[in-house]
Amino acid sequence: MEKRIKVVVSKLGLDGHDRGAKVIARALKDAGMEVVYTGLRQTPEQIVKTAIQEDADIIGVSILSGAHLELVPPLVKLMKDKGLNDVGLIVGGVIPPQDIDKLKEMGVDDIFLPGSSLKEIVDKIKRIAYNKRGIKIE
Amino acid sequence: MSEIVKRALEGDELVTSKILTKIEYMTPDGLEYLDELSARAGKAHTIGITGIPGAGKSSLISGLISQYSKRGLKVGVIMIDPSSPISSGSFMGNRIRMQDKTMLKNVFIRSIASRGHLGGVSSEAIMLIEAMDGLGYDKILVETVGAGQTDTEIMSSVHTIIVTSVPGTGDEIQALKAGIMEIGDIYIVNKADLPDANVVYDAIKFSIDSAEWKDWIPKVIKVSALKGLGIEELVNEIETHLEYLRNTGKFEDKVKERRREMIELIIRKWANDKISKVIKENSSLIYEKNELRKTLDALFSKFKNNIC
Ligand SMILES: Nc1nc2c(ncn2[C@@H]2O[C@H](COP(=O)(O)OP(=O)(O)OP(=O)(O)O)[C@@H](O)[C@H]2O)c(=O)[nH]1
Ligand SMILES: [Mg+2]
Repeated sequence: MEKRIKVVVSKLGLDGHDRGAKVIARALKDAGMEVVYTGLRQTPEQIVKTAIQEDADIIGVSILSGAHLELVPPLVKLMKDKGLNDVGLIVGGVIPPQDIDKLKEMGVDDIFLPGSSLKEIVDKIKRIAYNKRGIKIE
Repeated sequence: MSEIVKRALEGDELVTSKILTKIEYMTPDGLEYLDELSARAGKAHTIGITGIPGAGKSSLISGLISQYSKRGLKVGVIMIDPSSPISSGSFMGNRIRMQDKTMLKNVFIRSIASRGHLGGVSSEAIMLIEAMDGLGYDKILVETVGAGQTDTEIMSSVHTIIVTSVPGTGDEIQALKAGIMEIGDIYIVNKADLPDANVVYDAIKFSIDSAEWKDWIPKVIKVSALKGLGIEELVNEIETHLEYLRNTGKFEDKVKERRREMIELIIRKWANDKISKVIKENSSLIYEKNELRKTLDALFSKFKNNIC
């Protein structure tokens, strides 16, 4: 059977809103991906551990607290330390334009702001999964 | 032993996870790993947890993980969620209930999607059980949504079946209808913190008491997974069942049964892929003329060439 894209979707940090994350998780499911949803208030350690055990192709985190510049670096570092170099990382949330490049420099593969179309998100994730792990789905 | 399997046995979780994926997708090296692991398997106590959606299966597993982890056991968890028949995608939310257990050492949690293929998920889940067994997990917990063929196949491959019911859903009636009352070794009335738990308890108890049992008489336990009540009693009851299986030789019988099931499902899956392939390759034959007999004869001869 052909490989399906497996995505771990998590809320990183302490804010308690997961509507956006759920909407995205659902869109990915509708696009044929297998989405492991971990829910609220996850630490980088929990997210990385989950991605390891699930053999996720992509980690998607949603951050609405504004603390992305503090929360993302430990996540990226932990991914590297644990050998998840071929796992894509995407961040969704309210990210000011001036922080987007900073996050990308840190190693985030893509960033989705409120209002990004679901189709765009799906297509970009497919591309990342292909680039990082060679997974091809129509 | 292959270097990869060796690293997994030494506790490398990433390597373990990659092995499981290869087995899940039945790649050639995946089958090699499964072969190696199967040769080491046969010791794990496998426990199935089934019940209607929302009954609290994942919450119960979370409680069991704590208990087993406290006792120094290695715990593997496999959770099956349905795939959409339309998109083939899946939303797997079981981990939400046990994310606080992810950082525990010696606990490995894996979600798989049912993928909706004939003999699909069952063979995958059973292969993962076999692999985790070979990797040295002491307890392997398997969550399935209590419905249909898949469930039955997986449940017939575990040592101890826990059926979860809840108050307020008419579950006692449902349970009787679905034949689910015939498969459990232990029945849980979860959400015992809610009213009417006793009604469900009594109904299940009555149904067990009024049936005839050969040797193991199923137990009923009231639990609140949310409040952590009754979990220890459940753990003890699971151990009693394990003892019973060991004393009667049924423990080994179950492992053999699981392997038979696994082999049958792998072969079925393989045959099914061949069937799909032949149908696809000969679609013009099927679509162009409405000659049933001729078409079937032609396809049968193609199958024979393909399979033999
Ligand atoms: N009141 C009460 N609620 C509970 C209890 N156990 C679980 N729940 C709640 O029931 C809901 C479903 O729990 P889960 O553990 O996800 O149930 P499940 O059977 O795994 O659900 P699915 O995997 O979706 O079929 C959650 O909101 C839990 O918090 C309990 O003992 N008492
Ligand atoms: Mg569940």
